[in-house]
Amino acid sequence: MSEITPENVRHLASLARILVTDEEVEKLAKELDVIVESVAMVKGAVSDDTPATSHPIPMSNVYREDVVKPSLSQQQALSNAPDQADGKFKVNAILDEE
Amino acid sequence: MAKAELMDFDEAIEKYEVVIGLEVHVELNTNTKMFCGCANEFGEQPNTNVCPVCLGLPGALPVVNGKAVEYSIAIGLALNCSIAGDGRFARKNYFYPDLSKNFQTSQYDEPIAYEGQLEVPVASGKVYNVAIERAHMEEDAGKLSHVGGVGRIQGAEYSLVDFNRAGVPLVEIVTKPIFDSGAEAPELASAYVRQIREIVKAMDVSDARMERGNVRCDANVSLRPKGQQRLGTRTETKNVNSLRSVENAVRYEIQRQAAILAAGDEITQETRHWHEDKKYTSAGRPKSDADDYRYFPEPDLVPVQPTEELIEEIRTRLPENPASRRARLQQEWSLSDNEFRDIVNSDLLDEVDSTVSLGVSAQSAKKWWTGEIARIANLEGKEITELSVTPEDVAEIEKMISAGKLNDRLAREALSGVIAGEGSVAEVVSARGLEVVSDDGALTAAVDKALAEQPDVLEKIRAGKEQAAGAIIGSVMKEMRGQADAGRVRELILERAKS
Ligand SMILES: [Zn+2]
Repeated sequence: MSEITPENVRHLASLARILVTDEEVEKLAKELDVIVESVAMVKGAVSDDTPATSHPIPMSNVYREDVVKPSLSQQQALSNAPDQADGKFKVNAILDEE
Repeated sequence: MAKAELMDFDEAIEKYEVVIGLEVHVELNTNTKMFCGCANEFGEQPNTNVCPVCLGLPGALPVVNGKAVEYSIAIGLALNCSIAGDGRFARKNYFYPDLSKNFQTSQYDEPIAYEGQLEVPVASGKVYNVAIERAHMEEDAGKLSHVGGVGRIQGAEYSLVDFNRAGVPLVEIVTKPIFDSGAEAPELASAYVRQIREIVKAMDVSDARMERGNVRCDANVSLRPKGQQRLGTRTETKNVNSLRSVENAVRYEIQRQAAILAAGDEITQETRHWHEDKKYTSAGRPKSDADDYRYFPEPDLVPVQPTEELIEEIRTRLPENPASRRARLQQEWSLSDNEFRDIVNSDLLDEVDSTVSLGVSAQSAKKWWTGEIARIANLEGKEITELSVTPEDVAEIEKMISAGKLNDRLAREALSGVIAGEGSVAEVVSARGLEVVSDDGALTAAVDKALAEQPDVLEKIRAGKEQAAGAIIGSVMKEMRGQADAGRVRELILERAKS
């Protein structure tokens, strides 16, 4: 009765850049299945005229004034960077384009 | 990379129906970023306008810039869209080094503006009614530069990321598919982008400089055999950073796809990159898993619910729409349809308008911008807005011409000096010694010399043939390197002839 297949899990894992073992795939498939079933249960409990609730707290229009606040210094910004050059974050070359 | 086979454009239009769709990203010119108080500024030292929010550090909480919401509503209204009374942000998940959070905060199924339309005229006089599907708010990514190899992405040894641009407010405007534009599709695409640019510039919600990436266009192109219902496979061309590029890229894709279809092959659905220098598109990433963005509502931001009052207030603040502004200006300037279209098609309406408002006649303003300045831009392969010449400069030159200090040739030379970055008009004129000589002493000497050298001409003038003076004026001009006041020279010649 499992809706989540191992294939689904592998696909999600690859999208999220998470390496999973076959064992973990089995385990995660079962766990995700429980979550999907729980959501289905909630779905069954509400009628069609219930609006989707992405935000449970009734709050809207929280805005900030368009006023500049101090930023980090370049040194602070780069302080956790594994690698850097010329004041910028250094990353692996991107090869999958062009 | 080898250029693809292309079909002749007219033949392609003959055989296939063109369908285009345009996505335009507009960078807003708010003081701060979309979700944090970092300055929204271009060209700062790298990674100095950054904070935990726009660097995507764990636990940082975004707060929406209210001004950016107002600007987005204004853009929606200017595009005749409906404004959503209840909108939300969503996370668009993907991995790329310029995306600090590994998701872009955007809008998905509840954009702030939807279902609009924009009338876009083209040179033939035809007006296309372009249907707008939506305009939504999102944030820009950081800027990547590639080091090593040949400086391009391919072969780069590593890449560097500057997050100053990360989180800059964007509005993405998406059209519905545009049919039936045929041979005018490339021109329509660029005219549409130009109009969006004009609108956001007039509303002052964006700096609207394409060369700086304030307005960017992705062009979707597909072809289908005439009479076929089903849409053809489309490509999305990115990196189209000027109006000229938009037109060229759409034209190129039409010709490339037509050649592939005619050979019985299939179009690959993919992202392509436009190379303005060599005028071709190259294949980028094919559509794949990576486009499974797993959008979900952004839990850290509450819904955006603009009130009717706010929307109406913004509506009353909208500036004149570009179409009626054009109609008004054409009348005020008393220009013919052709003359006026010349200005519009060269994208020089703002420049001419500013120049006219500085007291220059419309004809003269038009002459400078669509003439000499456009010529130099064309020669240098640049957009006119990239040249360092302003309406003030043109007005100054006109003032000097009316005062008799410059003639047409000297004025053009002064202008080219200004464009070459030699300083203001006055500075160029003085540094290059361009002022017209109307000092009688110097002119009289030159006139006497020329008359002495051409006694036969002098005889003719004395015999009443005043038009013969032209030859003497020519010699004097040559002697004075074109800087003599021609009117005054003529007077002096006639005076001398009578004495
Ligand atoms: Zn920030």
